[in-house]
Amino acid sequence: MRGRWPASQRGGRRNAALNFLGPLFLLVFFLPLTALAADLPALTGRVVDNAGIIDAGTKAALTQKLADFETKGSDQIVVATIPSLGGEEIEPYANRLFRFWKLGQAKENNGVLLLVAKNDHKMRIEVGYGLEGTLTDLHTKLIIENDMVPAFRAGDFSGGISKAVDDMVMVLEGNPEELEARGKRNQQAPFNSDDLFFAIFISIWAIIFFGSIAASILPPIFGKKLGPGRYRWLGMTFEPGRRSSSGGWSSGSSGGGWSSGGGGFSGGGGSSGGGGSSGSW
Amino acid sequence: MLAQRLARPSPFRTLPAFLMMAIVLPLLAGCGYNTIPTAEENAKAAWSEVLNQYQRRADLIPNLVETVKGYASHEKDTLDAVVEARAKATQITVTPETLKDPEALKKFQDAQAGLTSALSRLIAVSEAYPDLKANQNFLALQAQLEGTENRIAVSRRDYIQAVRDYNLTLKTFPSVLWATFWFRGNEPFANFTVDEDKMQPPKVDFGTKQGG
Repeated sequence: MRGRWPASQRGGRRNAALNFLGPLFLLVFFLPLTALAADLPALTGRVVDNAGIIDAGTKAALTQKLADFETKGSDQIVVATIPSLGGEEIEPYANRLFRFWKLGQAKENNGVLLLVAKNDHKMRIEVGYGLEGTLTDLHTKLIIENDMVPAFRAGDFSGGISKAVDDMVMVLEGNPEELEARGKRNQQAPFNSDDLFFAIFISIWAIIFFGSIAASILPPIFGKKLGPGRYRWLGMTFEPGRRSSSGGWSSGSSGGGWSSGGGGFSGGGGSSGGGGSSGSW
Repeated sequence: MLAQRLARPSPFRTLPAFLMMAIVLPLLAGCGYNTIPTAEENAKAAWSEVLNQYQRRADLIPNLVETVKGYASHEKDTLDAVVEARAKATQITVTPETLKDPEALKKFQDAQAGLTSALSRLIAVSEAYPDLKANQNFLALQAQLEGTENRIAVSRRDYIQAVRDYNLTLKTFPSVLWATFWFRGNEPFANFTVDEDKMQPPKVDFGTKQGG
């Protein structure tokens, strides 16, 4: 038996090997996808108080202030507090978090992250590439040493953080024309009535223009022929030869998709190269 | 034969070829032809950033040395060590073209590590001079130096990541096909060793160990 059918047996063995290798190959292929690190906190707003050290009133005031500041100059400042760094140094952690949240606009990299690690007694102001020249390492150092450290030692986290934010905003506003220019470059009003009118205008014209083309091309291809130059498609009768666009109207003209997300905040795609400074209390 | 055909291009003959190219070229890009050059350029750019940050540190040092000299002139040994280490470190440059040479990178890394330790000794020594520590200029330089050290760490991490990506494209399927058939001159880049990058959690040290 073995001598008579060597080829088929070998083939069978190869098949078995393939059967075994196939899942293995798939496993190796998809293994990296499952190994995604997800130990960083989520960006839930401009003030992410995971350590629970900022009182509600200060949090609301800070959020409002930072939102106003972003509309003015497009700079994104985010305050984050975490209970613990989990054994990591604060500098690499802050940089990782900054890049994970992508603070600042993509082309400007104008984000700032103020991070407080409560149990490690450490804080850091991480500055995006684009603001390193304005909010220098020395500025952040002085803000940490003069605003945050004394207040934190006294247990006044809310006061120290809001003072630090005030001073950062003051430094960034210290160069008003640059701030204004940056704001103009990155104007992204989420809901502007002019934009809405423009979008409706464009969509109406797009429907008229492309709709008539589609109405003349698509029914002959997909529709049922009723007579010479008359087609039935999607429950409507089209006569592409004659200029009467009776059908094809009334289809989704109201531009949907205006979900202006009520306060949903996300990073603009900026990055940081490790600017800023750290301190401890 | 081919040369003859190419010598007299007729529009009707080149048109199909042109169309063919127009169809095939995007396919090439889709097949990953761009993967290796993209990764290579990313790694080179990351290296430039590393050099940039080390240069920034080297530029800060003369100012720092001058400031410290004004208050702590009898710490001559420490100051000289910094100046010497700086001179040594600025002599060695690794251009993107020589990144394939692990020896060159090792030398660069050793020189910069020497400067790092000389600098940290200088900062440690300056702790003993209250007047110096209160000096605004020194405070500013110290903040800048700290920031630069951190930027160096970040740029090194980015370089390590970029080189890992590039070296992987040279060794893994499907881009390894392009590496063997097309980009034969591309060699893996040398990378920083991990122990230099402070990736371990810091150890508590009660003064039993001399020098960081």
